[in-house]
Amino acid sequence: MSLVSIRDVRKSFGPNEVLKGVSLDIAKGDAVAIIGRSGSGKSTLLRCINGLETYQSGSIVADGIEVAGANTNLRELRRHVGMVFQQFNLFPHLTAAENVMLAPTVVNKVSKAEARATAAEVLAKVGLSEKMDAYPSELSGGQQQRVAIARSLAMRPKVLLCDEITSALDPELVNEVLRVVEQLAREGMTLILVTHEMRFARDVGTKLVFMHHGKVHEEGAPKEVFAAPRTPELQQFVGQVG
Amino acid sequence: MSYKLQFAELLPYWNVLLYGLVFTIVLTIVSTVVGIAVGTAGAAARTFGPGWLGRIVAVYVELIRNTPFIVQLFFIFFGLPALGLKLSETTAAFLAMVINLGAYSTEIIRAGIEAVPKGHIEAGLSLAMSKWEVLRHIVLNQAFRKIYPALSSQIIIVMLGSAVVSQISAEDLTYAANYIASRNFRNFEVYLLVALAYLLLAMLTRSLLRALGRVIFKAR
Repeated sequence: MSLVSIRDVRKSFGPNEVLKGVSLDIAKGDAVAIIGRSGSGKSTLLRCINGLETYQSGSIVADGIEVAGANTNLRELRRHVGMVFQQFNLFPHLTAAENVMLAPTVVNKVSKAEARATAAEVLAKVGLSEKMDAYPSELSGGQQQRVAIARSLAMRPKVLLCDEITSALDPELVNEVLRVVEQLAREGMTLILVTHEMRFARDVGTKLVFMHHGKVHEEGAPKEVFAAPRTPELQQFVGQVG
Repeated sequence: MSYKLQFAELLPYWNVLLYGLVFTIVLTIVSTVVGIAVGTAGAAARTFGPGWLGRIVAVYVELIRNTPFIVQLFFIFFGLPALGLKLSETTAAFLAMVINLGAYSTEIIRAGIEAVPKGHIEAGLSLAMSKWEVLRHIVLNQAFRKIYPALSSQIIIVMLGSAVVSQISAEDLTYAANYIASRNFRNFEVYLLVALAYLLLAMLTRSLLRALGRVIFKAR
C-alpha cells in the first residue's frame, strides 16, 4: 500500500495541458527525486499533491486522504503533507523559532512552551540551535531554507514535498541544505523532491522520476537510470546537465 | 493696515474652544479606530472573501471615494430622516467619519495585503493553516507594516476634514470658532487661533503615530 498514489492525473492551465496523465506510487520511506526540463510539469505535480493546485481528472491519494477538488479536507491533508519552497517563504515579522512555532500553536493548539520545545528540537536537527531568535533577514539563504525545513518538520508530516529547494541558493550554500535533506532521508522520512541536483538525486534518492511533456517518461532506481537511460530524451537531458 | 489684534476677547469663550478641541480629538480617535477596523474587514473581504462580498465592498468604496465628504455627511444627517432614521448631530458626525475613513482605509489596507508575497500565503496554507489564520497571523502584520505611513497620512487628512461636521452643528473645534466669531465678530483672531490649533494637532498626531509605529513594528 503506497503512501502517495497518483493515478492518471491531468491538469491544464487554460488551453495549456501541463500534466497529461501522470501516474506514480510512492511508498513510505521513499526519497523520490523528480527531474526534468522546466515546463515539464514537475512543480505543478508537487503542488497538486498538497492541494495548492487543483487538477481536472485522475486521482491523488496521500496518506489515505483523497485530494480532489472542493470537498477535500485540505487542513487534514496538509497536516500530513509538508512543503518546502524554492523561495523559503519565511515569515519576515517572526523569528526563526516563531516561524516554526506558528503552525503548531495555531493549527494544533499546543501551548507556547511545548511549541518552543519542538522548535528547539527541529532547529537543532537542521543545525540552527543558536539562531532561534534571529529574524529571517539576519540569516543567509541556506540558513533560511533550513529554518523552512524545520518549520515543516514541526508539524510532524508523513511526507515532505521539496520544490527546487536549492535553486535560489548561492552554490556554496547548497550543500548545507542538501545535507539536512539527506539526513531526513536516512531517518526514513518520505520525501518527494523536484530537483536539479543530479548527483544528489543519484546518491540520496531511492527512486528517480524523469518527467517530460507532462508525463512520467522514465522511472526506476536512480543509479541504474542514470547509468543507462533508456529513452533518448533522458539520455539527452542527462548529457546536458550531468 | 491698522487692525489691532485683540486675543483677550476670546478669553471668555475658553470653555467653548476647549470643548470643541476635545470633541475633534475624540471624533478623530474613535473614527480612526472604528474606521480602520471597518477598513481591515473590507480589505479582507475583497482579497480573501467570496466574490459577491468583495463586489459589495467595492461598490461601497467607490461610492465614498467618488463623492464629497460634506455630501455624505448631509445625506446621513438631512437625508436619512426621510427613511425614518433620525440621528443626532454627534452620531451623524461619528458615523460619517467612520464610513469615510472605512472606505479609504479599505483601499489602503488592500494594497498592503496584495503586496504580501503570494509564497508566504502558500507557505501558511501548506502548514495546514486556514485562509483566515493565514490572513491574521501572516498577512495582516506585514500588510500594516507596509502601508502604515499611508494610513497615518489618511488619519491626518480625516482629522482635518472633520472640520466639515460643524456644518451640521456637531460641536467640534470649527463649530466653536464659528460660534465665537458670530458673537464677538473677532473673525481674524478666532480663525487664526483655531488654524494654529489644527496645525499643532496635526503635527502632534503625526509624531504620535510615528512613535506608535516604532513600538508596534520594532522587529525587523
